Order: sequence, then C-alpha cells, then structure tokens
Amino acid sequence: MSQNPPVTKAYHDVGGDDFGPIPTEDGAYQLWERRVDAMMRLLSSPQVGLMRVDELRRGIETLGEDVYNAEPYYGKWARSLAAIMIEKGVVTREDLDAKIEALRVERGLKR
Amino acid sequence: MSVAHFAVGDRVQVRNLEVEEGLAGHMRAPVYCRGFTGEIERFCGIFGNPESLAYGRDGQPAQPLYRVRFRQIELWPDYRGAAADTLEIEVYQHWLKAS
Repeated sequence: MSQNPPVTKAYHDVGGDDFGPIPTEDGAYQLWERRVDAMMRLLSSPQVGLMRVDELRRGIETLGEDVYNAEPYYGKWARSLAAIMIEKGVVTREDLDAKIEALRVERGLKR
Repeated sequence: MSVAHFAVGDRVQVRNLEVEEGLAGHMRAPVYCRGFTGEIERFCGIFGNPESLAYGRDGQPAQPLYRVRFRQIELWPDYRGAAADTLEIEVYQHWLKAS
C-alpha cells in the first residue's frame, strides 16, 4: 500500500526520520526544566484550566522550524506556554519581554 | 459524540485529511502512516477531538480512538527487520476509513 497522493511532512512530524542510535541513559532534569513542567501542570490543572496539552502541542508546532530544531524539549514547552498565554491575554508580550530583560540585568546575563 | 464504527480486526486505511478536506494546523495522524492500511488492534475509548481542543474549542464531536497495527515492511521501503514486525499507533476515527 503506497501513499497517494503524496503529502508534505511538517518539520515537527519526524516519525521515521533517521536520528541515529537512541540514547538510553537517564539524564538529570535541570531546575528550569522542572519549573516548566510544573507550570504546564499548574496551568492545565482543573482548578486553573488555562491550558490543554493539545494547545501545548499546537504551540510547539508553530514555533517555526529554526526554533523547533534549536530548542531542547522543555525549551519548546516554555516557548509554547508563553505563546498560548499571550494568545489568551493572560500575559502580554511586552510584560513578558520586560520581565525577561529585568531578570537578565539582575543576573548579569547577556542578551 | 461520534459512535465507534470499527471493531477489532477491521482493516482500515489512514486518510489524508489535509489533502482530502483541505485541513491545516494541528493534525494528529503522522504522515508516515497516511494512506497505509492496517488493522484495528483495540478500541481505546472516546475523547475530545484534539484538533479542536488545540485551538481552545470544545473538542466536540468527541472522537473514538483506536490502536491500529501496521506491518513495518509496508510502512518503510528500506525496512531491514523481521517480516513479521509490526508498528502500533493510536489514530482517531475521523482519520480512518474502511479498507
């Protein structure tokens, strides 16, 4: 059974692509990764109800190919969470950018 | 709510709704299985349609979800594993048609 008509694969649709051997060792999560996970759990909890996993996926699928490929797993989550919260008017992009910039200054981080 | 149209053992083909119905956006059937025929391995339950939920809508009509079993050698032209190897993936009913 072949595919007919052929379809264009989106950049996030990577099933079957060759990524080489699968790493099987456990890695330790960093604090920021745990925090991003916690944010998703909080926002998607019944008490808050601001986010669904399907929305998280959509946000990840619309990051653009370069960002998608450059970001690690929880980096994709963080960017998607921010985009969906901006979309829903929970935060504004200006507020988020200002907070990020303030933290950069506070911690002496480069842009 | 959509009722379950398929039973365990039924042969089903994965549709390509992007082409057939011009749908775009959040799609829950990966390209590698579209157009291919497999067999219903189990009925998984009925869930809100993720392609609606992804946009903040209500997910209705809810969609039956099935686990579908394919033969690996049919999915991948350069497959080098055993001929009996299978791949199972969960697919919502609106992506399936009888085959």
